[in-house]
Amino acid sequence: MSPITRRSLIAGSSAAAAALVSGCDPFSLSDGEALRPILDFGQFISLHVQRALLAGQPLAREFTEADISPEFPPNGTERPNGMAYFRHMMSNFADFRLTVDGMVKKPLSLTLDEVKAMPPRTQITMHNCDEGWSAIGQWTGVPLAHLLQTAELMPQARYIVFHCMDEMVRTPDNSGFYYESIDLFDAMHPQTILAYGMNGKALPVAHGAPLRLRVERHVGYKHAKYVNRIEAVDRLTHIARGKGGFWEDRGYQWYAGL
Amino acid sequence: MASSEPNGEARAAPQPAARPRREVMYRHTVAVRLTHWINVLILVLLLMSGLRLFNYHPALYWGNYGYRGVPAFVSIAALEDIETDEPVGVTTIMGHNFITTGVLGVSYDANGEPIAAAFPNWLTLPGGLAGARDVHFAAAWLLVLNGLVYLLFSLFTGHFRRDLLPGAGELRPRHMLTDMWNHLRLRRARGQAARRYNVLQKLAYVIVIFILLPVMVLTGLTMSPAVTAALPFLFDMFAGRQSARTIHFLVANLLVLFVFIHIIQVIVTGLFNNMRSMITGRYAIPPED
Repeated sequence: MSPITRRSLIAGSSAAAAALVSGCDPFSLSDGEALRPILDFGQFISLHVQRALLAGQPLAREFTEADISPEFPPNGTERPNGMAYFRHMMSNFADFRLTVDGMVKKPLSLTLDEVKAMPPRTQITMHNCDEGWSAIGQWTGVPLAHLLQTAELMPQARYIVFHCMDEMVRTPDNSGFYYESIDLFDAMHPQTILAYGMNGKALPVAHGAPLRLRVERHVGYKHAKYVNRIEAVDRLTHIARGKGGFWEDRGYQWYAGL
Repeated sequence: MASSEPNGEARAAPQPAARPRREVMYRHTVAVRLTHWINVLILVLLLMSGLRLFNYHPALYWGNYGYRGVPAFVSIAALEDIETDEPVGVTTIMGHNFITTGVLGVSYDANGEPIAAAFPNWLTLPGGLAGARDVHFAAAWLLVLNGLVYLLFSLFTGHFRRDLLPGAGELRPRHMLTDMWNHLRLRRARGQAARRYNVLQKLAYVIVIFILLPVMVLTGLTMSPAVTAALPFLFDMFAGRQSARTIHFLVANLLVLFVFIHIIQVIVTGLFNNMRSMITGRYAIPPED
Protein backbone atom coordinates (compact mmCIF):
# COMPACT_ATOMS: atom_id res chain seq x y z
CA MET A 1 0.00 0.00 0.00
CA SER A 2 1.04 3.55 -0.54
CA PRO A 3 2.78 5.60 2.14
CA ILE A 4 0.73 7.80 4.43
CA THR A 5 -1.27 10.67 3.11
CA ARG A 6 -3.20 13.19 5.11
CA ARG A 7 -6.41 11.35 4.44
CA SER A 8 -7.90 8.81 6.74
CA LEU A 9 -7.84 5.21 5.65
CA ILE A 10 -11.50 5.16 4.86
CA ALA A 11 -10.89 7.73 2.17
CA GLY A 12 -7.97 5.66 1.02
CA SER A 13 -10.09 2.89 -0.45
CA SER A 14 -10.02 4.51 -3.88
CA ALA A 15 -6.25 4.42 -3.69
CA ALA A 16 -6.50 0.70 -3.05
CA ALA A 17 -8.75 0.40 -6.08
CA ALA A 18 -6.17 2.33 -8.11
CA ALA A 19 -3.53 -0.12 -6.90
CA LEU A 20 -5.67 -2.92 -8.28
CA VAL A 21 -5.88 -1.26 -11.66
CA SER A 22 -2.12 -0.78 -11.71
CA GLY A 23 -1.80 -4.52 -11.19
CA CYS A 24 -0.42 -5.42 -7.79
CA ASP A 25 -3.05 -7.99 -6.99
CA PRO A 26 -1.31 -11.37 -6.77
CA PHE A 27 -4.57 -13.28 -6.83
CA SER A 28 -5.85 -11.95 -10.11
CA LEU A 29 -2.67 -11.70 -12.16
CA SER A 30 -0.24 -14.19 -13.55
CA ASP A 31 1.75 -15.01 -10.40
CA GLY A 32 -1.41 -16.02 -8.55
CA GLU A 33 -3.01 -18.06 -11.30
CA ALA A 34 -2.03 -21.34 -9.65
CA LEU A 35 -4.50 -20.56 -6.87
CA ARG A 36 -7.35 -19.90 -9.28
CA PRO A 37 -9.03 -23.34 -9.25
CA ILE A 38 -9.17 -23.39 -5.44
CA LEU A 39 -10.50 -19.85 -5.23
CA ASP A 40 -13.03 -20.36 -8.02
CA PHE A 41 -14.40 -23.28 -6.00
CA GLY A 42 -15.97 -20.72 -3.66
CA GLN A 43 -17.57 -18.85 -6.54
CA PHE A 44 -18.89 -22.11 -7.99
CA ILE A 45 -20.64 -23.15 -4.76
CA SER A 46 -21.89 -19.62 -4.03
CA LEU A 47 -23.49 -19.30 -7.45
CA HIS A 48 -25.23 -22.65 -7.34
CA VAL A 49 -26.34 -22.57 -3.71
CA GLN A 50 -27.60 -18.99 -3.97
CA ARG A 51 -29.39 -19.68 -7.26
CA ALA A 52 -31.09 -22.64 -5.59
CA LEU A 53 -32.17 -20.40 -2.72
CA LEU A 54 -33.46 -17.82 -5.21
CA ALA A 55 -35.29 -20.33 -7.43
CA GLY A 56 -38.64 -18.74 -6.59
CA GLN A 57 -37.26 -15.31 -7.65
CA PRO A 58 -38.03 -13.58 -4.31
CA LEU A 59 -37.63 -9.81 -4.13
CA ALA A 60 -34.79 -8.21 -2.20
CA ARG A 61 -36.18 -6.49 0.88
CA GLU A 62 -37.80 -3.15 0.09
CA PHE A 63 -37.62 -0.48 2.76
CA THR A 64 -39.81 2.51 3.64
CA GLU A 65 -39.03 6.16 2.95
CA ALA A 66 -38.14 6.55 6.62
CA ASP A 67 -35.34 4.01 6.14
CA ILE A 68 -33.57 5.96 3.36
CA SER A 69 -30.05 6.81 4.50
CA PRO A 70 -29.27 10.54 4.94
CA GLU A 71 -26.51 10.23 2.37
CA PHE A 72 -25.60 7.80 -0.37
CA PRO A 73 -21.88 7.74 -1.11
CA PRO A 74 -21.16 7.65 -4.84
CA ASN A 75 -18.64 4.98 -5.77
CA GLY A 76 -16.47 4.47 -8.84
CA THR A 77 -16.70 7.20 -11.46
CA GLU A 78 -18.37 10.36 -10.17
CA ARG A 79 -18.32 12.18 -13.52
CA PRO A 80 -17.16 10.58 -16.76
CA ASN A 81 -14.21 12.25 -18.49
CA GLY A 82 -14.47 13.59 -22.02
CA MET A 83 -16.44 16.15 -23.94
CA ALA A 84 -19.06 13.71 -25.21
CA TYR A 85 -20.44 13.22 -21.70
CA PHE A 86 -19.96 16.88 -20.85
CA ARG A 87 -22.14 17.88 -23.82
CA HIS A 88 -24.82 15.47 -22.56
CA MET A 89 -24.66 17.20 -19.17
CA MET A 90 -24.94 20.64 -20.80
CA SER A 91 -27.99 19.63 -22.84
CA ASN A 92 -29.54 17.74 -19.93
CA PHE A 93 -29.27 14.50 -21.92
CA ALA A 94 -31.60 15.79 -24.68
CA ASP A 95 -29.47 14.08 -27.37
CA PHE A 96 -28.82 10.94 -25.30
CA ARG A 97 -29.86 7.65 -26.88
CA LEU A 98 -30.11 4.27 -25.20
CA THR A 99 -29.28 1.52 -27.65
CA VAL A 100 -30.63 -1.98 -27.17
CA ASP A 101 -29.03 -4.35 -29.67
CA GLY A 102 -27.19 -7.62 -30.12
CA MET A 103 -29.31 -10.76 -30.11
CA VAL A 104 -32.67 -9.00 -30.32
CA LYS A 105 -35.16 -9.06 -33.17
CA LYS A 106 -36.01 -5.34 -32.92
CA PRO A 107 -33.01 -3.23 -31.93
CA LEU A 108 -34.02 -0.05 -30.10
CA SER A 109 -32.66 3.48 -29.96
CA LEU A 110 -34.53 5.40 -27.27
CA THR A 111 -34.42 8.96 -25.99
CA LEU A 112 -34.51 9.45 -22.24
CA ASP A 113 -38.13 10.63 -22.53
CA GLU A 114 -39.05 7.45 -24.38
CA VAL A 115 -37.45 5.39 -21.60
CA LYS A 116 -39.37 7.39 -18.99
CA ALA A 117 -42.63 6.83 -20.89
CA MET A 118 -42.33 3.08 -20.30
CA PRO A 119 -44.12 1.58 -17.27
CA PRO A 120 -41.93 2.54 -14.29
CA ARG A 121 -41.01 0.73 -11.11
CA THR A 122 -39.97 2.44 -7.87
CA GLN A 123 -38.14 0.54 -5.12
CA ILE A 124 -36.36 1.46 -1.88
CA THR A 125 -33.46 -0.93 -1.53
CA MET A 126 -30.10 -1.38 0.15
CA HIS A 127 -26.88 -0.91 -1.79
CA ASN A 128 -24.12 -3.23 -0.58
CA CYS A 129 -20.59 -2.23 -1.47
CA ASP A 130 -18.07 -5.09 -1.52
CA GLU A 131 -15.82 -2.92 0.66
CA GLY A 132 -18.33 -3.35 3.47
CA TRP A 133 -20.43 -0.18 3.61
CA SER A 134 -24.12 0.02 2.73
CA ALA A 135 -26.68 2.74 2.05
CA ILE A 136 -30.41 2.80 1.35
CA GLY A 137 -31.93 4.70 -1.56
CA GLN A 138 -35.09 4.96 -3.61
CA TRP A 139 -34.79 4.16 -7.29
CA THR A 140 -37.22 4.76 -10.15
CA GLY A 141 -36.69 3.25 -13.57
CA VAL A 142 -37.89 0.91 -16.25
CA PRO A 143 -37.70 -2.83 -15.60
CA LEU A 144 -35.03 -4.35 -17.82
CA ALA A 145 -37.46 -7.18 -18.63
CA HIS A 146 -39.79 -4.64 -20.27
CA LEU A 147 -36.99 -3.27 -22.46
CA LEU A 148 -35.93 -6.77 -23.47
CA GLN A 149 -39.49 -7.82 -24.24
CA THR A 150 -39.94 -4.70 -26.38
CA ALA A 151 -36.73 -5.49 -28.26
CA GLU A 152 -37.73 -9.18 -28.51
CA LEU A 153 -34.82 -11.19 -27.22
CA MET A 154 -33.64 -14.01 -29.47
CA PRO A 155 -33.73 -17.51 -27.95
CA GLN A 156 -29.96 -17.94 -28.10
CA ALA A 157 -29.31 -14.83 -25.93
CA ARG A 158 -27.92 -15.78 -22.50
CA TYR A 159 -26.35 -12.63 -21.08
CA ILE A 160 -27.17 -8.93 -21.06
CA VAL A 161 -24.16 -6.60 -21.31
CA PHE A 162 -24.28 -3.00 -20.11
CA HIS A 163 -21.89 -0.67 -21.92
CA CYS A 164 -21.10 2.54 -20.06
CA MET A 165 -19.92 6.05 -20.94
CA ASP A 166 -17.19 6.27 -18.29
CA GLU A 167 -13.69 5.31 -19.35
CA MET A 168 -11.85 3.91 -16.33
CA VAL A 169 -8.43 3.46 -17.96
CA ARG A 170 -7.12 4.62 -21.31
CA THR A 171 -6.30 1.73 -23.61
CA PRO A 172 -5.41 1.65 -27.33
CA ASP A 173 -8.33 -0.66 -28.08
CA ASN A 174 -10.93 1.27 -26.03
CA SER A 175 -11.39 -1.69 -23.68
CA GLY A 176 -11.03 0.50 -20.60
CA PHE A 177 -14.67 1.62 -20.48
CA TYR A 178 -16.77 0.37 -17.59
CA TYR A 179 -19.07 -2.45 -18.52
CA GLU A 180 -20.97 -5.15 -16.72
CA SER A 181 -23.05 -8.21 -17.52
CA ILE A 182 -25.77 -10.30 -15.92
CA ASP A 183 -27.50 -13.47 -17.04
CA LEU A 184 -31.20 -13.79 -17.86
CA PHE A 185 -31.99 -15.12 -14.36
CA ASP A 186 -31.20 -11.65 -13.01
CA ALA A 187 -32.16 -9.70 -16.14
CA MET A 188 -35.80 -10.83 -15.95
CA HIS A 189 -36.13 -10.21 -12.19
CA PRO A 190 -38.78 -7.55 -11.40
CA GLN A 191 -36.32 -5.46 -9.34
CA THR A 192 -33.72 -5.32 -12.10
CA ILE A 193 -34.31 -1.85 -13.48
CA LEU A 194 -32.56 0.87 -15.44
CA ALA A 195 -32.98 3.76 -13.03
CA TYR A 196 -33.34 7.40 -14.09
CA GLY A 197 -34.62 8.65 -10.73
CA MET A 198 -33.09 8.54 -7.24
CA ASN A 199 -34.76 9.56 -3.97
CA GLY A 200 -37.58 11.30 -5.89
CA LYS A 201 -35.30 13.40 -8.12
CA ALA A 202 -33.50 12.93 -11.43
CA LEU A 203 -30.56 10.52 -11.09
CA PRO A 204 -27.52 12.67 -10.18
CA VAL A 205 -24.38 12.60 -12.33
CA ALA A 206 -22.39 11.11 -9.43
CA HIS A 207 -24.79 8.17 -9.37
CA GLY A 208 -24.72 7.44 -13.10
CA ALA A 209 -27.01 9.88 -14.97
CA PRO A 210 -28.93 9.48 -17.10
CA LEU A 211 -29.34 5.70 -16.61
CA ARG A 212 -27.86 3.17 -14.22
CA LEU A 213 -28.51 -0.48 -13.55
CA ARG A 214 -30.05 -1.64 -10.29
CA VAL A 215 -29.63 -5.38 -9.86
CA GLU A 216 -30.56 -5.71 -6.21
CA ARG A 217 -29.29 -9.19 -5.39
CA HIS A 218 -25.69 -8.27 -6.22
CA VAL A 219 -23.02 -6.12 -4.58
CA GLY A 220 -22.18 -2.65 -5.86
CA TYR A 221 -19.87 -3.17 -8.81
CA LYS A 222 -22.58 -5.00 -10.80
CA HIS A 223 -24.74 -1.83 -10.73
CA ALA A 224 -23.32 -0.23 -13.89
CA LYS A 225 -23.62 3.57 -14.12
CA TYR A 226 -23.80 5.83 -17.22
CA VAL A 227 -25.33 3.02 -19.30
CA ASN A 228 -25.89 3.94 -22.96
CA ARG A 229 -25.97 0.55 -24.63
CA ILE A 230 -27.55 -2.75 -23.68
CA GLU A 231 -26.35 -5.70 -25.70
CA ALA A 232 -27.81 -9.21 -25.67
CA VAL A 233 -25.15 -11.88 -26.25
CA ASP A 234 -24.74 -15.64 -26.05
CA ARG A 235 -21.27 -15.48 -24.45
CA LEU A 236 -18.98 -12.92 -22.83
CA THR A 237 -15.59 -14.00 -24.12
CA HIS A 238 -15.44 -11.58 -27.06
CA ILE A 239 -16.07 -8.41 -25.01
CA ALA A 240 -13.05 -6.47 -23.66
CA ARG A 241 -10.93 -9.02 -21.80
CA GLY A 242 -13.71 -11.56 -21.83
CA LYS A 243 -14.64 -11.93 -18.14
CA GLY A 244 -17.94 -10.08 -18.29
CA GLY A 245 -17.11 -6.75 -16.66
CA PHE A 246 -14.48 -4.09 -16.06
CA TRP A 247 -13.68 -5.37 -12.56
CA GLU A 248 -14.17 -8.99 -13.57
CA ASP A 249 -11.44 -8.44 -16.19
CA ARG A 250 -9.25 -7.33 -13.28
CA GLY A 251 -9.74 -10.27 -10.91
CA TYR A 252 -13.20 -9.77 -9.40
CA GLN A 253 -15.77 -12.54 -9.59
CA TRP A 254 -18.49 -12.34 -12.21
CA TYR A 255 -21.08 -13.65 -9.74
CA ALA A 256 -21.42 -10.95 -7.08
CA GLY A 257 -24.31 -12.13 -4.93
CA LEU A 258 -22.06 -11.94 -1.88
CA MET B 1 -13.82 -49.25 33.41
CA ALA B 2 -10.04 -49.31 33.45
CA SER B 3 -8.31 -47.09 35.94
CA SER B 4 -4.82 -45.80 36.36
CA GLU B 5 -4.30 -48.31 39.20
CA PRO B 6 -1.43 -50.69 38.62
CA ASN B 7 -2.75 -53.64 36.66
CA GLY B 8 -2.43 -57.36 37.30
CA GLU B 9 1.17 -57.83 36.25
CA ALA B 10 2.26 -54.90 38.39
CA ARG B 11 0.62 -56.53 41.36
CA ALA B 12 2.27 -59.85 40.57
CA ALA B 13 5.68 -58.21 40.85
CA PRO B 14 5.59 -56.17 44.03
CA GLN B 15 8.67 -54.10 43.36
CA PRO B 16 9.47 -51.37 45.87
CA ALA B 17 9.15 -48.44 43.42
CA ALA B 18 5.72 -49.54 42.17
CA ARG B 19 5.32 -46.48 39.99
CA PRO B 20 2.16 -47.07 37.93
CA ARG B 21 2.77 -47.37 34.21
CA ARG B 22 1.38 -44.46 32.27
CA GLU B 23 -1.90 -45.50 30.86
CA VAL B 24 -2.64 -44.49 27.28
CA MET B 25 -6.20 -43.96 26.13
CA TYR B 26 -7.59 -43.49 22.64
CA ARG B 27 -9.00 -40.00 23.04
CA HIS B 28 -9.72 -38.49 19.61
CA THR B 29 -11.34 -40.36 16.72
CA VAL B 30 -9.92 -39.90 13.27
CA ALA B 31 -12.89 -37.73 12.23
CA VAL B 32 -12.32 -35.33 15.14
CA ARG B 33 -8.59 -35.14 14.43
CA LEU B 34 -9.06 -34.59 10.71
CA THR B 35 -11.77 -31.94 11.00
CA HIS B 36 -9.79 -30.22 13.77
CA TRP B 37 -6.70 -29.70 11.64
CA ILE B 38 -8.68 -28.74 8.56
CA ASN B 39 -10.44 -26.20 10.77
CA VAL B 40 -7.10 -24.78 11.92
CA LEU B 41 -6.11 -24.06 8.33
CA ILE B 42 -9.56 -22.68 7.42
CA LEU B 43 -9.79 -20.38 10.46
CA VAL B 44 -6.33 -18.94 9.79
CA LEU B 45 -7.33 -18.19 6.19
CA LEU B 46 -10.67 -16.74 7.27
CA LEU B 47 -9.07 -14.49 9.89
CA MET B 48 -6.32 -13.20 7.62
CA SER B 49 -8.61 -12.61 4.64
CA GLY B 50 -11.31 -11.18 6.90
CA LEU B 51 -8.96 -8.62 8.41
CA ARG B 52 -7.91 -7.72 4.87
CA LEU B 53 -11.56 -7.16 3.95
CA PHE B 54 -12.06 -5.08 7.10
CA ASN B 55 -9.12 -2.88 6.04
CA TYR B 56 -11.11 -1.73 2.99
CA HIS B 57 -13.69 -0.13 5.26
CA PRO B 58 -12.31 -0.08 8.80
CA ALA B 59 -15.42 1.07 10.63
CA LEU B 60 -18.31 -0.74 12.35
CA TYR B 61 -21.90 0.49 12.51
CA TRP B 62 -25.31 -0.59 13.79
CA GLY B 63 -28.50 -0.90 11.73
CA ASN B 64 -28.87 -1.37 8.02
CA TYR B 65 -26.77 1.45 6.58
CA GLY B 66 -23.27 2.58 7.40
CA TYR B 67 -20.71 4.55 5.41
CA ARG B 68 -18.09 7.18 5.95
CA GLY B 69 -19.73 9.93 8.00
CA VAL B 70 -22.20 7.71 9.85
CA PRO B 71 -21.30 7.41 13.56
CA ALA B 72 -19.25 4.24 14.05
CA PHE B 73 -18.72 2.11 17.18
CA VAL B 74 -15.22 1.31 16.15
CA SER B 75 -13.08 2.88 13.47
CA ILE B 76 -9.40 2.77 12.65
CA ALA B 77 -7.72 5.56 10.72
CA ALA B 78 -4.32 6.80 9.61
CA LEU B 79 -3.72 10.49 10.25
CA GLU B 80 -0.67 12.67 9.93
CA ASP B 81 0.82 14.74 12.71
CA ILE B 82 1.29 18.06 10.88
CA GLU B 83 3.90 19.21 13.41
CA THR B 84 6.22 16.26 12.95
CA ASP B 85 5.04 14.93 9.58
CA GLU B 86 4.86 11.54 11.30
CA PRO B 87 1.97 9.20 10.53
CA VAL B 88 -0.30 8.37 13.43
CA GLY B 89 -2.61 5.39 13.75
CA VAL B 90 -5.81 6.23 15.61
CA THR B 91 -8.35 3.68 16.85
CA THR B 92 -11.68 5.08 17.98
CA ILE B 93 -13.88 2.93 20.22
CA MET B 94 -17.26 4.30 21.32
CA GLY B 95 -16.05 7.86 20.84
CA HIS B 96 -12.76 7.36 22.70
CA ASN B 97 -9.59 7.86 20.68
CA PHE B 98 -6.49 5.74 21.21
CA ILE B 99 -3.16 6.20 19.46
CA THR B 100 -2.26 2.77 18.10
CA THR B 101 0.61 3.61 15.76
CA GLY B 102 2.66 0.52 14.97
CA VAL B 103 -0.23 -1.91 15.22
CA LEU B 104 -3.57 -0.42 14.16
CA GLY B 105 -4.01 2.33 11.59
CA VAL B 106 -0.31 2.71 10.87
CA SER B 107 2.21 -0.11 10.86
CA TYR B 108 5.71 -0.50 9.45
CA ASP B 109 7.06 -2.77 6.76
CA ALA B 110 10.38 -4.64 6.88
CA ASN B 111 12.25 -1.48 5.83
CA GLY B 112 10.61 0.59 8.54
CA GLU B 113 8.41 2.42 6.04
CA PRO B 114 4.98 3.36 7.42
CA ILE B 115 1.96 1.63 5.88
CA ALA B 116 -1.54 3.01 6.21
CA ALA B 117 -3.65 -0.04 6.98
CA ALA B 118 -6.16 -0.70 9.76
CA PHE B 119 -4.69 -4.12 10.56
CA PRO B 120 -0.99 -4.53 9.77
CA ASN B 121 0.11 -6.35 6.64
CA TRP B 122 1.74 -9.19 8.56
CA LEU B 123 -1.68 -10.09 9.98
CA THR B 124 -3.61 -9.89 6.73
CA LEU B 125 -3.57 -11.89 3.56
CA PRO B 126 -1.60 -10.33 0.69
CA GLY B 127 -3.54 -9.35 -2.39
CA GLY B 128 -6.29 -6.91 -3.09
CA LEU B 129 -9.97 -6.83 -2.28
CA ALA B 130 -10.84 -9.35 -5.02
CA GLY B 131 -8.27 -11.84 -3.71
CA ALA B 132 -9.39 -11.44 -0.11
CA ARG B 133 -13.02 -11.97 -1.14
CA ASP B 134 -12.14 -15.12 -3.08
CA VAL B 135 -10.14 -16.62 -0.20
CA HIS B 136 -12.72 -15.62 2.42
CA PHE B 137 -15.68 -17.11 0.55
CA ALA B 138 -13.90 -20.30 -0.55
CA ALA B 139 -12.67 -20.82 3.03
CA ALA B 140 -16.14 -20.08 4.41
CA TRP B 141 -17.67 -22.84 2.28
CA LEU B 142 -14.93 -25.22 3.44
CA LEU B 143 -15.73 -24.26 7.05
CA VAL B 144 -19.39 -25.12 6.48
CA LEU B 145 -18.59 -28.43 4.76
CA ASN B 146 -16.00 -29.37 7.39
CA GLY B 147 -18.45 -28.36 10.12
CA LEU B 148 -21.21 -30.52 8.64
CA VAL B 149 -18.90 -33.54 8.47
CA TYR B 150 -18.00 -32.96 12.13
CA LEU B 151 -21.63 -32.45 13.22
CA LEU B 152 -22.94 -35.53 11.43
CA PHE B 153 -20.11 -37.68 12.69
CA SER B 154 -20.47 -36.42 16.25
CA LEU B 155 -24.21 -37.00 16.29
CA PHE B 156 -23.87 -40.57 15.04
CA THR B 157 -20.98 -41.55 17.32
CA GLY B 158 -22.34 -39.86 20.43
CA HIS B 159 -19.30 -37.57 20.65
CA PHE B 160 -21.45 -34.64 21.76
CA ARG B 161 -23.39 -36.55 24.40
CA ARG B 162 -20.44 -38.52 25.70
CA ASP B 163 -17.63 -35.94 25.56
CA LEU B 164 -19.10 -32.43 25.34
CA LEU B 165 -22.45 -32.34 27.14
CA PRO B 166 -21.83 -31.28 30.75
CA GLY B 167 -23.51 -33.49 33.34
CA ALA B 168 -25.96 -32.02 35.86
CA GLY B 169 -23.42 -32.45 38.64
CA GLU B 170 -20.78 -30.61 36.69
CA LEU B 171 -23.00 -27.57 36.32
CA ARG B 172 -23.45 -27.11 40.08
CA PRO B 173 -21.93 -23.82 41.23
CA ARG B 174 -19.61 -25.56 43.70
CA HIS B 175 -18.18 -27.82 40.99
CA MET B 176 -17.83 -24.91 38.55
CA LEU B 177 -16.01 -22.80 41.15
CA THR B 178 -13.63 -25.65 41.97
CA ASP B 179 -12.92 -26.07 38.29
CA MET B 180 -12.30 -22.34 37.87
CA TRP B 181 -9.92 -22.41 40.83
CA ASN B 182 -8.05 -25.33 39.25
CA HIS B 183 -7.78 -23.39 36.00
CA LEU B 184 -6.47 -20.28 37.77
CA ARG B 185 -3.81 -22.37 39.50
CA LEU B 186 -2.98 -23.95 36.09
CA ARG B 187 -3.54 -27.30 37.80
CA ARG B 188 -3.83 -30.09 35.26
CA ALA B 189 -6.23 -32.97 35.62
CA ARG B 190 -4.78 -36.32 36.56
CA GLY B 191 -5.94 -39.90 36.71
CA GLN B 192 -9.67 -40.48 36.24
CA ALA B 193 -10.35 -36.76 35.88
CA ALA B 194 -7.98 -36.53 32.93
CA ARG B 195 -10.05 -39.06 30.97
CA ARG B 196 -12.77 -36.53 30.35
CA TYR B 197 -12.95 -32.84 29.52
CA ASN B 198 -13.53 -30.64 32.56
CA VAL B 199 -16.70 -28.59 32.75
CA LEU B 200 -15.20 -25.26 31.66
CA GLN B 201 -13.57 -27.00 28.74
CA LYS B 202 -16.89 -28.61 27.78
CA LEU B 203 -18.71 -25.30 28.01
CA ALA B 204 -16.05 -23.52 25.94
CA TYR B 205 -16.28 -26.13 23.18
CA VAL B 206 -20.08 -26.15 23.25
CA ILE B 207 -20.21 -22.34 23.01
CA VAL B 208 -17.75 -22.28 20.11
CA ILE B 209 -19.39 -25.15 18.22
CA PHE B 210 -23.04 -24.31 18.79
CA ILE B 211 -23.06 -20.54 19.21
CA LEU B 212 -19.99 -18.68 17.95
CA LEU B 213 -19.33 -20.57 14.70
CA PRO B 214 -23.03 -20.67 13.66
CA VAL B 215 -23.30 -16.93 14.41
CA MET B 216 -20.23 -16.32 12.23
CA VAL B 217 -21.82 -18.20 9.34
CA LEU B 218 -25.23 -16.53 9.73
CA THR B 219 -23.87 -12.98 10.11
CA GLY B 220 -21.63 -13.63 7.11
CA LEU B 221 -24.65 -14.70 5.09
CA THR B 222 -26.55 -11.58 6.24
CA MET B 223 -23.98 -9.50 4.34
CA SER B 224 -24.89 -11.23 1.08
CA PRO B 225 -27.63 -9.40 -0.87
CA ALA B 226 -28.57 -12.62 -2.69
CA VAL B 227 -28.96 -14.59 0.54
CA THR B 228 -31.03 -11.89 2.27
CA ALA B 229 -33.35 -11.74 -0.77
CA ALA B 230 -34.09 -15.43 -0.13
CA LEU B 231 -33.87 -15.30 3.70
CA PRO B 232 -34.91 -11.76 4.71
CA PHE B 233 -35.44 -12.78 8.36
CA LEU B 234 -31.64 -12.62 8.72
CA PHE B 235 -31.92 -8.80 8.74
CA ASP B 236 -34.35 -9.02 11.67
CA MET B 237 -32.31 -11.64 13.47
CA PHE B 238 -29.19 -9.44 13.57
CA ALA B 239 -30.82 -5.95 13.53
CA GLY B 240 -29.63 -5.10 10.03
CA ARG B 241 -26.82 -5.57 7.59
CA GLN B 242 -24.24 -3.35 9.30
CA SER B 243 -25.15 -4.81 12.70
CA ALA B 244 -24.49 -8.25 11.25
CA ARG B 245 -21.08 -7.03 10.04
CA THR B 246 -20.31 -5.64 13.51
CA ILE B 247 -21.38 -8.89 15.23
CA HIS B 248 -19.32 -10.85 12.69
CA PHE B 249 -16.25 -8.82 13.67
CA LEU B 250 -16.84 -9.04 17.43
CA VAL B 251 -17.49 -12.79 17.37
CA ALA B 252 -14.35 -13.24 15.26
CA ASN B 253 -12.51 -11.54 18.14
CA LEU B 254 -14.10 -13.98 20.60
CA LEU B 255 -12.92 -16.89 18.45
CA VAL B 256 -9.40 -15.48 18.43
CA LEU B 257 -9.60 -15.19 22.22
CA PHE B 258 -10.79 -18.80 22.44
CA VAL B 259 -7.90 -19.98 20.27
CA PHE B 260 -5.40 -18.09 22.44
CA ILE B 261 -6.70 -19.68 25.63
CA HIS B 262 -6.95 -23.07 23.90
CA ILE B 263 -3.28 -22.92 22.84
CA ILE B 264 -2.17 -21.83 26.32
CA GLN B 265 -4.09 -24.75 27.84
CA VAL B 266 -2.58 -27.17 25.35
CA ILE B 267 0.89 -26.02 26.38
CA VAL B 268 0.22 -25.93 30.12
CA THR B 269 -1.40 -29.38 30.26
CA GLY B 270 1.34 -31.09 28.28
CA LEU B 271 2.17 -29.90 24.80
CA PHE B 272 3.62 -33.21 23.56
CA ASN B 273 0.86 -35.37 24.96
CA ASN B 274 -1.88 -33.07 23.68
CA MET B 275 -0.37 -32.72 20.22
CA ARG B 276 0.14 -36.46 20.00
CA SER B 277 -3.46 -37.10 20.97
CA MET B 278 -4.76 -34.71 18.29
CA ILE B 279 -2.46 -36.29 15.68
CA THR B 280 -2.49 -40.01 16.55
CA GLY B 281 -5.50 -40.09 18.88
CA ARG B 282 -3.49 -41.58 21.76
CA TYR B 283 -3.42 -39.66 25.02
CA ALA B 284 -1.36 -40.61 28.05
CA ILE B 285 -3.30 -40.22 31.30
CA PRO B 286 -1.19 -38.25 33.76
CA PRO B 287 -0.93 -40.50 36.87
CA GLU B 288 -2.44 -39.38 40.17
CA ASP B 289 -0.07 -37.59 42.49
